Amino acid sequence: MANFTPVSAAIGGALIGLSAVLLMLLNGRIAGVTGIFAGLIDPLGTDRGWRATFIAGLIAAPLSAVLVGYTLPVPQMPTSLLVVIAAGLLVGFGTRLSNGCTSGHGVCGIARLSPRSITATAVFMGAAIVVVALTRHVFGG
Amino acid sequence: MRALASLLCGFVFGWGLFISGMMRPDKVLGFLDVFAIPSGNWDPSLAVVMAAALVVTGIGYALARRRPPAFETQNQWPAQTAIDRPLIAGSVLFGVGWGLVGLCPGPAIANLATLTSPVIIFVIAMAVGTVVHDLWFGRSLAPASPSLAAANAADG
Repeated sequence: MANFTPVSAAIGGALIGLSAVLLMLLNGRIAGVTGIFAGLIDPLGTDRGWRATFIAGLIAAPLSAVLVGYTLPVPQMPTSLLVVIAAGLLVGFGTRLSNGCTSGHGVCGIARLSPRSITATAVFMGAAIVVVALTRHVFGG
Repeated sequence: MRALASLLCGFVFGWGLFISGMMRPDKVLGFLDVFAIPSGNWDPSLAVVMAAALVVTGIGYALARRRPPAFETQNQWPAQTAIDRPLIAGSVLFGVGWGLVGLCPGPAIANLATLTSPVIIFVIAMAVGTVVHDLWFGRSLAPASPSLAAANAADG
């Protein structure tokens, strides 16, 4: 497990939890990126203001990390643009259909012990594990 | 104040993603690759991220249930409890997309900071997927419908 980074993972995870708690204590909202993003781009969406600033903060964070001396790694993406587009469409459509993603179901939902969110998280994690197994070990060689 | 509060929350969330390494698709895929367990190359970091986030959120939500939020009249806890076909189908589609690239919505948006074209294209495709869903199910066309209210009180 040479790639395992438990300390930074625990600190980062705690910060994500802190963000979810603060958003509930201050604005009474669930910190689900799917819902926040979808409400922002919906032409008839409501509460655009706080959604826009949440997204702005999300993008500003890694930029501020660079300012204080961290390097921001360029994400390794598939070389095929077709795969990138297909995956983006699936993530956008799928998270909207199931009303949540890793943050909304995976963190906020499981923290509420919601059977609905626990089910969603088990299903999307299972599907992703199957896809990675296929692309890396069956077709990827 | 609401906008400022959520700016802070987005900022803390983004730092969490950055520090934890979850902005890196290779690290996320390293967790999802369970067949790397026998060879010792598996990366359990994502499980630690989730566990830490769940402990903090679980305790914090217990506090949040006792009082109204600072800048709103009441907390908007998700009302949906159904384990239905859209939940399962949507989760399968999301999982397939997540497994293909290693980006879910939060890290995808945070990675816009890198100004790299594959990420920008991914986020645009994600937005298109969201809009296609809303048009298909008529949410944007019928703002007063209960389904829109349900969507806006979404799980996440």
